[in-house]
Parts: sequence; C-alpha cells; structure tokens
Amino acid sequence: MAIIERPSDAVEVVDETTPSVATPESSYGVFRRPVETTGWKSWLFTIDHKKLGIMYGVVAMFFFVVGGIEAMLLRLQLAGPNGTVLSADKYNQMFTMHATTMVFLFVMPMAAAFANYFVPLQIGARDVAFPRINAFGFWAFLFGGLFLNTSWFLGGGADGGWFMYAPNSSVAFSPSNGVDFWGLGLQITGVASLTGAINLIVTVINLRAPGMSLMKLPIFTWMVLVVQFLLLFAIPVITVALFMLMFQRSFDATFFSVEAGADPLLWQHLFWIFGHPEVYILVLPSFGIVSEILPVFSKKPLFGYPLVVFSGAAIGFVGWGVWAHHMFASGLGPISVAAFSVATMAIAIPTGVKIVNWTLTMWGGKLRFTVPMLYSVGVIVQFTIGGLSGVTHSVAPSDTQQTDTYYIVAHFHYVIFGGAVLGLFAGMYYWWPKMFGKMLNERLGRVNFWFTIIGMNLTFGPMHIVGLQGQPRRMYVWTENRAGDGFFNIGFWNLIASIGSFVLALGILLFFVNIYVSHRKGTEKAPLDPWDARSLEWITTNPPKEHNFDRLPQVGHLDEFFHRKYEDRGSDGHHEFHQIATAEEVVAEEENNADGHIHLPSPSYWPILLAFSLPIMAYGVIYNVFLLIGGAVLGLVSFYGWGLEPHTAPEDDYDPPTGTAMEVAAHG
Amino acid sequence: MADTAVHADEHVDHGGHYSSTGLSNNKLAMWMFLGSECLLFGGLISTYMLYRGRHSENLGPDQVWDIPFTSASSFVLLMSSLTMVLAVSSAVRDDDRNTKVWLSVTALLGALFVAGQVYEFTTFYREGLGFTTSLFSSSFYTLTGFHGVHVSVGIIMLMSLVGMISKNKVVGDKKETVELFGLYWHFVDVVWILIFTLVYLIPA
Amino acid sequence: MSTVTEQHNTHGDDHADHGLTDLGYIKIAIFLAVITAVEVVFSYTQDQLGAAFLPGLLILMAVKFFMVLLYFMHLKFDSKLFSLMFYIGLVLAVGCYAVFLATLHFFQS
Repeated sequence: MAIIERPSDAVEVVDETTPSVATPESSYGVFRRPVETTGWKSWLFTIDHKKLGIMYGVVAMFFFVVGGIEAMLLRLQLAGPNGTVLSADKYNQMFTMHATTMVFLFVMPMAAAFANYFVPLQIGARDVAFPRINAFGFWAFLFGGLFLNTSWFLGGGADGGWFMYAPNSSVAFSPSNGVDFWGLGLQITGVASLTGAINLIVTVINLRAPGMSLMKLPIFTWMVLVVQFLLLFAIPVITVALFMLMFQRSFDATFFSVEAGADPLLWQHLFWIFGHPEVYILVLPSFGIVSEILPVFSKKPLFGYPLVVFSGAAIGFVGWGVWAHHMFASGLGPISVAAFSVATMAIAIPTGVKIVNWTLTMWGGKLRFTVPMLYSVGVIVQFTIGGLSGVTHSVAPSDTQQTDTYYIVAHFHYVIFGGAVLGLFAGMYYWWPKMFGKMLNERLGRVNFWFTIIGMNLTFGPMHIVGLQGQPRRMYVWTENRAGDGFFNIGFWNLIASIGSFVLALGILLFFVNIYVSHRKGTEKAPLDPWDARSLEWITTNPPKEHNFDRLPQVGHLDEFFHRKYEDRGSDGHHEFHQIATAEEVVAEEENNADGHIHLPSPSYWPILLAFSLPIMAYGVIYNVFLLIGGAVLGLVSFYGWGLEPHTAPEDDYDPPTGTAMEVAAHG
Repeated sequence: MADTAVHADEHVDHGGHYSSTGLSNNKLAMWMFLGSECLLFGGLISTYMLYRGRHSENLGPDQVWDIPFTSASSFVLLMSSLTMVLAVSSAVRDDDRNTKVWLSVTALLGALFVAGQVYEFTTFYREGLGFTTSLFSSSFYTLTGFHGVHVSVGIIMLMSLVGMISKNKVVGDKKETVELFGLYWHFVDVVWILIFTLVYLIPA
Repeated sequence: MSTVTEQHNTHGDDHADHGLTDLGYIKIAIFLAVITAVEVVFSYTQDQLGAAFLPGLLILMAVKFFMVLLYFMHLKFDSKLFSLMFYIGLVLAVGCYAVFLATLHFFQS
C-alpha cells in the first residue's frame, strides 16, 4: 500500500529539506496552504501535472471553438460574391485573431496538455521537475489568452495578420488597441511557454525512471523534448520583437518606421527566426503522438526508432536555418534566397524520413483501424500533401508566384490541420481512457473522423486552385465579374471551401457529442489496457493515481510495457512473441511492490497569483500606469511568497491536523 | 524547487533528490534560462548594430560616448563578478558571515553600476539624445535598458538573499541557491562585456 | 520508499576538487581588469593599429567572455550538460543573428 505521507519532522526519509535549511513554521500568516484534494480549490491551486494537463486541454479546446467560429465567419464572408457578413475591418481582425488563436491558444497548449500529462508518465516520474512553475505556466497561458481576447470588447482585435508585418502594425495603420493586446498577450503566453519548456526539459533529462536511457525514451517524449528546446530558444527572439513593437506603439520609438530610416525587414527577420521553429513546435508533438499510435495498432515496434529520433532532432536543428524562405518575395538578394532555398529543400529530407518510417511501421503489421489509428493514417496522408506543396515553396521562383495567395493558405492548413490537429485528435482518442477512465465511442469516433477528413479536404483543397488562380490571401471580398470562367471559376471553389468548413465544423461538433455520449451514466469503465499498448504510461491505473506509480518502474526496454506482457520465443532473428502476462498482472505486480513513502509537493497559491499579475501589468501598459504598478506589486509579493514557501505544507495546514486525511489506499 | 523526489538510487543529486543524471534540477534550469537569454540579448545587440549609424549629424555614438566614464563603470561591474564568486566560495565553506558580506558588496557594486548608467542616460538626455530622437538612440536605450533592468533585478535578488540567509529562511540548498544567483549575476556581467566592446569601443 | 539515504553533501567537495581558490579568482579578476584596460587603450590608438584594431578588440572581448564563463561560472569544472545547454543558445544566437545581419548587408558597411 502506498501512502502519500503527511510531512513530518522525521528525517528517516529523503525529504525536500537539507539539514542546513530551516523550514518556515507557517506558510503565510492566516492563510493555510490549500491542501484540499477535491473541490474547486484542488484545481485552482493544484500543482499536479495531470490536473494541469487536463486544464490545458479544456482551455485549449475552448479556444479551438473560438478560433473555429472565427474561421467560419471568414468562410461565410467568402462563400458568395460581394459578401456582407463582415466589414473589411472586421474581416482583418477576424483572420488575424483566427490564426493567433489557433496557433498560440489551441495547437501549442493542446500539445502542452499532452506533454504535461504524459511526459512524466512516459518516463516513469511522479511529477515534473518544477510543479509550481508548471502551474504558473498554465495560468499564464490562460490569462494571456483571455487577455488577448478581451480586445474584442475593448475597441477591436488585432488586424495586421498573425505575423503582424510593419508598417501595418504601426499606430497609423492600426489605430485601435488590438495590436497592443496582441503583442502583450503573446508576451504573456510566451512566458508560459518558456517556463514550460525549461520545466519539461529538466524533467526529461533528470527524472527518467531507473534504466531509461535516452534511447529508450518513448518517441512522444523525444519529440516533446525537441519541441521544448525549440521553444526555449525561439521565444526570446519574439520577445525582443514584441518589446520593440510595444516601444514603437506605446512610447513612439521608430524601430519599424521606414520613413524614420528603419529597416522594414527587421521585424520580418525577428518574427520568422522565431516563426519558423514555431512551425515545428506546432507539428512535432503530433508526429510524436502518431509515432506512438502506429506501432500499437500495427503490433510492431516503430520502424527505425533511432532514425525517427534523429530526424526529429535534425528537423529541430535545421529548422533554425530556413526562416528567410518566408521572405523570398521581400528582395533579400540572390545569395540569401539561394542559400535559404537549399536549406529549405534539405529540411524536407528528415521529414520524409519520418513518413517512410511510419509507412514501414505499418508494412506487414497486423493493422487495427481504430479511431486513433484512422487519425494517424490521416496525418500521414494529409501532412504529405501539405509537405509536398511546401517543397514547391522552397523553390524560390515558384514561391514568388505563390506568396500571399490562397495556395499558401492551403499549404499551411494541410500542414497544421492535417499534420498537427489530426495528430492531436488521434492523441485524444488514444489516451482518453488513460486520462478519464472511459473509452470514447468508436462508432461515433469513426463518423467524427470521416466528417473531419472530408471537411478539411473540401475546405483547404480548393484553396490550392483559387490560390494558383491568383486569389490573394486576406482578400475580404470577391466579385463575380473577376471570378474567371469554367473549371477555374474561383466563385465555385470558394463556395465549395465554405461548404467544406461547415462539414469540418460538424465533424468537430461530433467530437464533443462523443465526449457527452461516452460519459453518460451507465457507460462502461475503460479496460486497463484497451489498445494493447507498449509504453510506460500504461503501467498504472486509469486514470493514474495522484502519485502516478506505486513503484517507480524499472526500465529495460524501449516499449517496456509491451516487453512485460510479451516474451520473445523466436530465435535466429525471427521474433515470436507470446503473451506471458496480462496488463492487470503487470500493474498488480507494481502495486504489490509499492514504494513505502511517497512525498508529493503541496499545492500553492502563488503560481496563479503570479500569473494573474501579468495581465494586470499588461492592461497597465495600455491604459493606466497605476494598474501597471499595482500588477507589479502583486507580482513581487507573489514572487517573495513563492521564494519563501517550503515545498510541502507544514503539519498544521491540514485539517484535522493529525490523522489519515491524506492517506490514499492503493488499488487491489 | 525540485519537488519531485523519491527514489533512493545511486543517482542522487546534491539536494538528496532522485535524478537520472546526478545533476541538480535547479542548476540545469538556470543554465537553460541563460542559454535562452543569449537569444534575447543577441536580438537586442543585433538591432543596435543595425541601427547604430542611423542618427542625426551630431548625436551619434562617436559624439556622445564618454569612454573613460563607461570604462570605470565597466570595471565596477567586472569587480562585482569577483565579489560574487567570493560569495559563492564562502557559501561552499558554510561561512554565512562572509557569504553575506560578499553578497552585499556585490549588490553595492551593482548599484554603483546602475547609478553610473542613470548618470550616463541623464547626461545623454541633456545633450538632446532622447529615447525617440533617432533609431540609434532607441536601440541603444533599449539594449542598455534591458541590461540595466537585469542588473537591477539581480541587486534586488541579492539583497533578498542576504536577508533570507540572515533569517535562515532559504528554502532548499543554501549553497546551491547562492551559486544559482551567482550564475545569473555573472551572465549579466558577461553580457556587459559584449556590450562594452561592441557598443562603446568599436566606433560606428 | 523505506530506504534511508544519507544526505549527499558532496557539494563543498566538488568545488574544493575542481574550482579555484579565492586567490585564483582574484588573479583572474586582475587579468580581466588588465584586458579591459588594454581594450580601452585599443580604442584610443585605433589609427596606429589599423587593420589589427577590430579583430584585436573582438579577440580580447572573447577572451574576457570565456574567462568569466569558464572560471567564474564554473563551466570548465562542471558537467558538460550545463555547457551544452548554454552553448546551444550561444551558437544559435551568434549564427542566426550573424546571418540576419549579413542578409541586411551589415558586414559590407
């Protein structure tokens, strides 16, 4: 039986404190530590990576719906000629906020949700390295996202496009506070990403279960690790750019004003030095998820695991040297264009390696087309289409033709929706039983999948055609007499795209219906190992206990869980796997050998308070200096509170102060 | 801050936590943060480099710099790195008294540097070089301002640390805490080493 | 977990083993101060130095930079992993920003 132990003065266990350290007697005067394990406080002040992961997911889904509604309004406007759904101004705001929301408030945090929830489980740890920083990251993301969206009610959203090129971002061309909200909001979510990145890297480096070498790391964790390194080094670049934007708009500096002698490309460079790694930040977690799912449903190990790892790392590294391919049309000069063109073609190689590895993983496998598998195959197909149109952009002369047309829009939606979002949905179907103890309905899931896949192809496929016909992106209205004739009539294809967007929306709606249906009263509890899975996160209950593992698992193999269930009785390089244990037996074995004393850090008020000070300061920058000072004071107080807080709550914070309130009985 | 810790194993870091590499979580995190800061200051320095020549006739770097003064304040910051390293080495010897003394001296030297920067900014401003005067001035004030804020934050942290050591309220490993503060401080100094040469000594 | 682990207070020993003595740090600080002085002298004798001026100054700067990094920040004595974390950032910063300035024709001027 594992006991989550109430902290005591006894020093017989490894405790957080070292002898040279005094533990402050009381946390903070009249307030006791929020040690509740149920109720709203247990969520608000939690530092449990699983609860935070779920909250990341819920909030990301909320923003997905917001961004989706924005997208539908855009498509409604373009469905017919002379659209009147949105004014030109509102249209500008809508596409800017759609992109910003989807990139920064849906895909990134949804990947963060999975990373938070599953990285510690996959490496056999009981939490992340810095649980309070983890909580801070979530709240900063939430408050940053809400802050960004309050611009709708305070004079209108940002309207310069998601890469906010100068001079469109200057006060003259964007007089509302939208761009200020955008810049400051991204700063706040940037802080969240940066702290999250440091946290997860340290976690993966330092908290791996005994025996888990780097080359036994589950592939999803590997991809998350690469992504966190990208975030770690890309966020500061956009931070610089955003600060300069703020100084330009709020304090009249002229960093991006050509009329004052500034270089118009400064912003573009800084943005894309961040922005291109950002593309891989969006898509690599999804690659990791797909690489987890394909082996499970092919009943084969991932083909060429080291290659997948190294190609992921290579993508991460080369991703730093291709940013200027976003700027081919800006007059960089032939040498720069040629160099970046070649680098861009080169990055297609490691990406192609992944596609090949996935295909060969399925080759000859016993395929089971469950919903997660369908989504994973969807990623391979759709991402390949997006990748191929991407290669056409790497050829600079062709790119010059395509720049700022719908062809680009088609490309990055195939990559981001087809690559990243489909992969995230695959992850949701795959890991849902692990996170919530219930299976999502498979039949409904299939319908959900097909609506989504047909919807996305109907929406984004025609954009290739209208793009090559010359329809510019961000064009808010089109007219009949310039729509062209016959097959290439852009009016027809715009209508198809708009219809497709509704099919897609219906598909997404079915996902929510599925959640409802699957969690109705009377639905069965998910089996312990519904998919016959392979990796470490399945060697625990569904959902996992607060301390994840009763015993820290000893790792001997990549695919440790699989090797505990199956034994290889083949010889001479011929594999013949026989089941030697059920999942229940494997988990029971762990429970019977549970670690005696498990110390988990206590919840804390400070992460949410510190995060809350950020939007206050940001409002202060826009509206009132006193607000700025007030926010800074709150931040400072939280900082000191945090710094002086012991990791575990003192005895008298518990109610009743002695007893068994925190004892958690192990299952079985 | 490394809160997750349970397993007794040969890999145990200095705070007594389980750790796959035997390294401290906090120190790893600090080095990553500093690696990340390289790209922050890199961006600011590059922007300055790009814009250093864009100013009116008589208000460029070569006209306003006061090299002897800046050299003196650079020297002060350099010496604060020495006192910081002495604080760390006192902390390693469990010598609280000297740790506090050297930390305080470091904070004092840092404050002297910031005071010098304030004086320098005021002088430039009196000469007509405001924040928005030219691209040169904007990028210069932004770069050195960011650095100044880093130093100021460092000073506040150092003084807080002195207070926490006095009241015995340091959470976690005291030696390591001093060492982490030291890493931050040295990094800020290292950035100034770059700024001093690239911005001040190389003529535009 | 019921095993009792002894506190690993090897921290101090680490530094005694690998770090410098206080005197060593003082020597390095003096060395750094001297280089700074040489740098300042450089800036006043630019005309005499001619082509050696810019590379000379940059080399002196790099020497100072790495002296602080390797000795004051202990990178020389510490785990290679710390160095890796920092140098990835440093290399990316120098690489990306140098290319960025090059595309804007900074180095031609």
